[in-house]
Amino acid sequence: MNAFVAQVEAETRLLFRNGEQLLLTLGIPVVLLVFFSSVSIVDLGAGKRVQMVVPGILALAVMSTAMVGLGIATGFERKYGVLKLLGATPLGRPRLLAAKAATIVLVEVVQFVVLATIGDALGWRPNLSGLLVVVAVLLGTACFAGIGLTMAGRLKGEVNLAAVNGLYLLLLLFGGMVVPLGKLPGPLRAVGRILPSGALSEAMRQAVGEVARTSRPWIILVVWATLACTAATRLFRWE
Amino acid sequence: MAAVEVQNLVMRYGEVRAVDGVSFTAQAGQVTAVLGPNGAGKTSTIEALEGYRQPTSGTVRVAGLDPIAQHNELVNHIGVMLQDGGVYPSMRAGEALELFCAYHGNVNAPTELIERVGLGDRQKRTWKQMSGGEQQRLKLALALAGKPDVVFLDEPTAGVDAEGRIVIRDVIRTLAAKGVAVVLTTHELGEAERLADHVVILDRGRLVATGTLAELRGQGQREEIRFAAAAGLDVASLGTHLGATVSEPTPGEYVVNVAPSPDNVARLTGWLAERNLPLADLRAGRQSLEDVFLRLTGNGDV
Repeated sequence: MNAFVAQVEAETRLLFRNGEQLLLTLGIPVVLLVFFSSVSIVDLGAGKRVQMVVPGILALAVMSTAMVGLGIATGFERKYGVLKLLGATPLGRPRLLAAKAATIVLVEVVQFVVLATIGDALGWRPNLSGLLVVVAVLLGTACFAGIGLTMAGRLKGEVNLAAVNGLYLLLLLFGGMVVPLGKLPGPLRAVGRILPSGALSEAMRQAVGEVARTSRPWIILVVWATLACTAATRLFRWE
Repeated sequence: MAAVEVQNLVMRYGEVRAVDGVSFTAQAGQVTAVLGPNGAGKTSTIEALEGYRQPTSGTVRVAGLDPIAQHNELVNHIGVMLQDGGVYPSMRAGEALELFCAYHGNVNAPTELIERVGLGDRQKRTWKQMSGGEQQRLKLALALAGKPDVVFLDEPTAGVDAEGRIVIRDVIRTLAAKGVAVVLTTHELGEAERLADHVVILDRGRLVATGTLAELRGQGQREEIRFAAAAGLDVASLGTHLGATVSEPTPGEYVVNVAPSPDNVARLTGWLAERNLPLADLRAGRQSLEDVFLRLTGNGDV
């Protein structure tokens, strides 16, 4: 079997075997989707709540997989010497990174199928642009993977674990993923808009036809993706 | 061409010269043991050979290749066993071997390799469920996944039980017999004595000795008798009796600078018998690798 395919298979298998990873990539998004679609704790504005909730949760799913899942797994692989040993095999770093990217995309496909199916059952009726959804996912993945790898490549295993989880919570709360940006107080709303999570939820809401299209979140995503990937390339340490 | 060539290797980290002008070679079909106390520069040297670290100066060649400039080609010729970790904690032994064999396009190898290191009944165990000795054996098997010409093993028997050691030594000897160059580091002199054809001794970044075991022992063929007895003997009186200088480098351990002839040994034991002093240990002639090592490095902490 080809080294790249074998690596993707191994990464995917390990991910689905890991309870915490499953909780993070599927459990939490599904629970938040069902909860915020059916319970009126947060005032989500006019229209059906599920219309507003699904795109935010899709953005959350991308962040969970690309930043938290990848960041924590890579941090521990670095700690356990896995990356170091791979450096002495013909797999090589470019193919390892490509395999990780392919694994993320595979997981995102599974997440989107699960979340869209549950959303549909809850009455979600999007008017989506497939192309924009794909662009939003790819830009979001580049942003969050860059952030996750930068942290995993610099911080020690446990410190990285705590920092990534903390960042996840902040980006989730202030990034319009469950609480729309419009519901945040003025200054927080301004901060939320320029966060990668805020830009991705806004872009996702536009992509599924929930709100009018503007260029702002897309530009912010491109800037974040460029910054995060450059930082990861410059700062990542393999050992 | 030697499988591994190291010439005037210098590895400097900031002000520290971890390796300071080391040269040696390792041949195909031989087990070369790199020995030395902690901080001797063993790992720095090996990591320069594996392509992990850029030498400050000097040259290293593995299978005729520059480990950094020709790294893409090098990885097809080497197998590496790191001292710590290297495997995904939740990966099963069999999966890890299949993955590493896939990196090398070596499809049929996993089953044969796992049997070779005696883990046939442990295939389903994950890395974190395996004992320290089982982990070492799996790491050894992973290093062999690409049918390497040169293998680098960092402390291969550390933390391994007696049974596991027998398996590991057997695999290493078989590799050498098949023409593979095996380079291992160890802090256990006994292990080097059992396995190595060729020994390289480092101390504080410098090469202090290199050669076959027989050569190293021969170099150490000093005119001396070593013995152990109660601490604090009257070495001056004993020296006069034997007509040679006697020293006590560590309490209770004595060195007599006299040829290890039967006569001299008899006079020594006679002197002790007169004073009713029990003899704990006596060594004349052939030295163990440990004697050579201690003399060269002046260091008991290997």
